[in-house]
Amino acid sequence: MEKKYYQKEIETMPLEDMKKLQSEKLVKQVKHVYENVKYYRDLMDEKGVKPEDIKGIEDLHKLPFLTKADLRDAYPYGLLAKPLEDCVRIQSTSGTTGRRVVAFYTQKDVDLWEDCCARAIVAVGGSNKDVCQVAYGYGLFTGGPGLNGGSHRVGCLTLPMSSGNTDRQIQFMTDLGATILCCTPSYAAYIGETLKEKGYKPEDIPLKAGIFGAEPWTEEMRRGIEASLGIKAYDIYGLTETSGPGVSFECEEQTGMHINEDHFLAEIIDPDTGEVLPEGEKGELVFTSLDKEAFPLLRYRTRDICVLSRKKCSCGRTLIKMSKPMGRTDDMLIIRGVNVFPSQIETVLLNEGYQPNYQIIVDRVNNTDTFEVNVEMSPEQFTDRVGDILAMEKDLANAMKTMLGINPKVHLVAPKAIARSEGKAVRVIDKRKLI
Amino acid sequence: MSIKQLTVFVENKQGTMVSITDLLAENNVNIRALSIAETEDFGILRLIVNDEASAENTLKDNGYLIKVTEVVGVKIGDAPGKLSAALGVLDKSNINVEYLYAFMARTEKHAYVVLRVEDNAKAERSLEDAGFHLITEQDINKL
Ligand SMILES: [Zn+2]
Repeated sequence: MEKKYYQKEIETMPLEDMKKLQSEKLVKQVKHVYENVKYYRDLMDEKGVKPEDIKGIEDLHKLPFLTKADLRDAYPYGLLAKPLEDCVRIQSTSGTTGRRVVAFYTQKDVDLWEDCCARAIVAVGGSNKDVCQVAYGYGLFTGGPGLNGGSHRVGCLTLPMSSGNTDRQIQFMTDLGATILCCTPSYAAYIGETLKEKGYKPEDIPLKAGIFGAEPWTEEMRRGIEASLGIKAYDIYGLTETSGPGVSFECEEQTGMHINEDHFLAEIIDPDTGEVLPEGEKGELVFTSLDKEAFPLLRYRTRDICVLSRKKCSCGRTLIKMSKPMGRTDDMLIIRGVNVFPSQIETVLLNEGYQPNYQIIVDRVNNTDTFEVNVEMSPEQFTDRVGDILAMEKDLANAMKTMLGINPKVHLVAPKAIARSEGKAVRVIDKRKLI
Repeated sequence: MSIKQLTVFVENKQGTMVSITDLLAENNVNIRALSIAETEDFGILRLIVNDEASAENTLKDNGYLIKVTEVVGVKIGDAPGKLSAALGVLDKSNINVEYLYAFMARTEKHAYVVLRVEDNAKAERSLEDAGFHLITEQDINKL
């Protein structure tokens, strides 16, 4: 019989047992951090909290928060809780904004991380009979190494493709019969488009499931990818700071991601006040590691906005679920004093019958913010009449103004004209920050 | 009766036009007539070529956004007032011309006009009734 869970005892553990397990682990983790990380010890001392004050998960709220700014201040070794002799690996964030984060791993940290990814692969139906194509970037980025490790643990035949070279991806996918694809959703969509261009139909390729994460994507995008590749597309969540992908993962129900809460304790807080919000309320996701040796983080603010739910899941897992992040506290743009989320632009495009291939360009000219949105038009939408295209641009701008309250200048561009790095899509160019 | 016009989306970037004409030249496509409508951000290039299918495939394969539009081609005498006469016919029939462009034949003493209208059949009927000679795809290929 096919295995339904990778670690059944944990994944289906009754809530009371899970809370007991989390409490025991939390007490140990706090002690480990307090004894070994001066940076966090100072934060606790400043707040007047001692490790003895943390007797279980009910005391979690007493601990100070950690933010990305703390990680930057403490770069590179300030939050390290183990001697370097015990560490075997680093991973790092892309650092596109010059705020690189370096996370350290002991062998045990790597093992636990890979277990988390293995749970995600088994949850989408993966077993040792599968061929798992890992088209996430390898290297400092956690996507490739994480899923690669998980795939090994499950016993899949692992294709360590890394991202890019789409022709080669397709060749290996078809020649070696890949059944599971792991990559960013935008790259999955790109592979789907390329397959279509090359004349492949979804039934021509043996893929059955995909595990897609590391960037935001919508339900519409999920349906598009599922149709173009003929698969079920599953979400996975994680961040370099806490380990990498596999902090949470989707099951067959596709209604949110089960958090591996035996390793990562989740809270939702009000991003303005820091107050803990009850289950079901929308707020900023905060994680506390429970087993990390080298790079434990207590109450780390992810900046992702989402909702937690303990609603019974049909897959049998009792692990708490988080919604897909609905936005980030930090990808909010303030343009002419108005809050703009890229996800709002995406919603308008889908409502108006466009593909969500867009790029927001913000600049400041003569002390006024300029706000432009480039949108790819499909061959069906293109016409020989200049007036029609200008009217389409105007209609889109009006729809965006209705949604946002400010007027963008919309430019329709040719398909694939927007630089689509084969990893993460660049959705926002804020030139105001480049001065 | 109508003839095929190839419409190409041209980004406002230096070198886009020449890469299109280069591609067509490499594939032995002869451009009979062209017009370009441009805005601040983009241009729309309209082409009448000797081998529409080959031009269409070449541009498509190279990632250009293209559309094939049926337009009306009409032969007019190479003399003052001839274009006006043709347009007058259409105006009398309440046919709105969205855009037009003209080209000369190499051998005959004739000019040709390409007309974009809403209703091709109606425009063609009006012009023929008024004694104008329409041009076909075959005529274009022979030019
Ligand atoms: Zn489930």
